[in-house]
Amino acid sequence: MATLAVDPRTEYLLRLGDDALVLGQRVSEWCGHGPVLEVDISLANLALDLIGQATLLLGEAGDGDQLAFHRDVLDFRNCLLVEQPNGDFAQTIARHLLYTTWQHMLLQRLTQSSDRFLVEFAHKAVKEVAYHRELAAEWTIRLGDGTEESARRMAEGLDWNWRFVPELFEVDEGLQAAIDGGIAADPRDFEDEYRSAIAAVLAQAQLQTPAEQRPILGGRRGHHSEHLGHLLAVMQFLPRTYPDAKW
Amino acid sequence: MSSDWPLWEVFVRPKGGLSHRHVGSVHAPDAELALAHARDTYTRRLEGVSLWVVPSAEIVASDPEQAGELFEPAESKIYRHPTFYDIPDEVKHI
Repeated sequence: MATLAVDPRTEYLLRLGDDALVLGQRVSEWCGHGPVLEVDISLANLALDLIGQATLLLGEAGDGDQLAFHRDVLDFRNCLLVEQPNGDFAQTIARHLLYTTWQHMLLQRLTQSSDRFLVEFAHKAVKEVAYHRELAAEWTIRLGDGTEESARRMAEGLDWNWRFVPELFEVDEGLQAAIDGGIAADPRDFEDEYRSAIAAVLAQAQLQTPAEQRPILGGRRGHHSEHLGHLLAVMQFLPRTYPDAKW
Repeated sequence: MSSDWPLWEVFVRPKGGLSHRHVGSVHAPDAELALAHARDTYTRRLEGVSLWVVPSAEIVASDPEQAGELFEPAESKIYRHPTFYDIPDEVKHI
């Protein structure tokens, strides 16, 4: 087990870094399985952007490789949304839309952080994430306003992921300390903007906003769904089995 | 799925001042996603600063069978090359 976060800044870096790492690993599962060649390449690019972001964030939080490959489920600080299974292409797009719209709004605010690393990181990543958000919205609109089958799958994908949205706006003790320190942005400041932005995409996609479900919280404090353990088993197998492997 | 999607020809401008150059093609359902696919397929290693996509069906091509009448006559017209002038030594960059 790796060291747990002790200060609010490290805790915050771990939360953002684990989001990027876990979502990047998830999206990379599509590699070689995309519905068409061009989409396969698009998805691989998205995954690589996220893993690049995770490398920077976890590297700033500590020993990046150690944190990525030698922590167990309970030590991961990612939100529950990013660990959700890919499902079909529509479910993957739904997850990407819901997460990267939030991430984009957050990064825009982190360019004003009092933390120099986060400011530089946000300036770099905000451009990548703007593209993720845009691409996910474009696909949501095409699938939602597509065939009967694509609209049904898109609606089901959104429905699966919707209950994990409230966690994105939860401010617990750990986050509050980082907000008070001027390091973190308060997500509640852009919750209305987020809800309107998602509603606008769904309206254009001819989709209903999913019914509110009982929110599921806890990922930020290490309470994860069973899906994360399987993801980590695949991701961590090699470095754990061959700790001295080099390539 | 991609067999239903039209083909788009992709042109990349490597940097400001240079012309767009044909680099390949992508399948995509419409123009916006054709641009996204072109971006993801052909500019992931900093290849360009601008992209064009054009529906392949809109490209009018010459007929290879007409190559003889179209291109061969130029072979015997070497006087069309500007190689019959003496360029003064002071003139650079020619």
